[in-house]
Amino acid sequence: MVNFGGSSMMEIGTTIPSHEFEINRDLLKQYAEASGDHNPIHQDEVFAKSVGLPDVIAHGMLTMALAGKYISDWAGGPQNVKEFSARFTKPVIVPAGKSVDLTVSALVTEVTSTGVRLEISATSQGVKVLGMAKAFVVQGV
Amino acid sequence: MLNPDSVGRTFAGVDVNTVTQEEINSFAAVIGEKNTSVAPPTFSIKISLREFESILTKPEIGLDWTRLVHGDQKFEIFRPIVAGDSFTTSATIESYKVVAGNEIVTVRSDLFSGTEKVVSSWSTLVVRA
Repeated sequence: MVNFGGSSMMEIGTTIPSHEFEINRDLLKQYAEASGDHNPIHQDEVFAKSVGLPDVIAHGMLTMALAGKYISDWAGGPQNVKEFSARFTKPVIVPAGKSVDLTVSALVTEVTSTGVRLEISATSQGVKVLGMAKAFVVQGV
Repeated sequence: MLNPDSVGRTFAGVDVNTVTQEEINSFAAVIGEKNTSVAPPTFSIKISLREFESILTKPEIGLDWTRLVHGDQKFEIFRPIVAGDSFTTSATIESYKVVAGNEIVTVRSDLFSGTEKVVSSWSTLVVRA
């Protein structure tokens, strides 16, 4: 459990260790089933290329869901995430038969009496895929 | 093209959305979340996107869902979603503009359990030229 406001442990500028998720076509299929988002750009290479994409791309919301898992883990559980926002700046490109990385890290930008504000960084294959990604998490019980 | 008269309007969702434990489990499984006592923070997008599609693609609103990409997303979670929650929804078209032929629309979704607002979220959706 994270020790929030008033603790010398949690200071503005604290960097949270990064975590690497793996994304592959199977995970995209699994997310499509779980979320109900069956847009073919996340499944079908021929379709994705026909609409000008380099290859199949991950759902932006899958990227955000994985970043949400990273924040939940740090915050002591999904119930402690109160605000979460991100811009989908570049797609996560997912070639057939391969796994690509989603590397997430975060920085503490504000500490209040109720919680902590984080600025999140997310890259895949060295490219920044989320912009303006922020969260506010509270101390749970 | 989206009908500009629809900007600022709020639409009631057509469905009551009852969240099942199975739905939470399968969403959590995708991201490797073991704690399924509450839904993951982005779970509500499942409900909101479905409502947005049914509202924004109505003939009188006129958004082309087939050319849609997600621009950005924000959640305010007043309390975690749990299995058994039954939500009514509303969607408000907050802004609309056309930039270089791309239509950019921001829609807010509110999830209510009775009179309690549980989640508000904002989605910027882009219909590519």
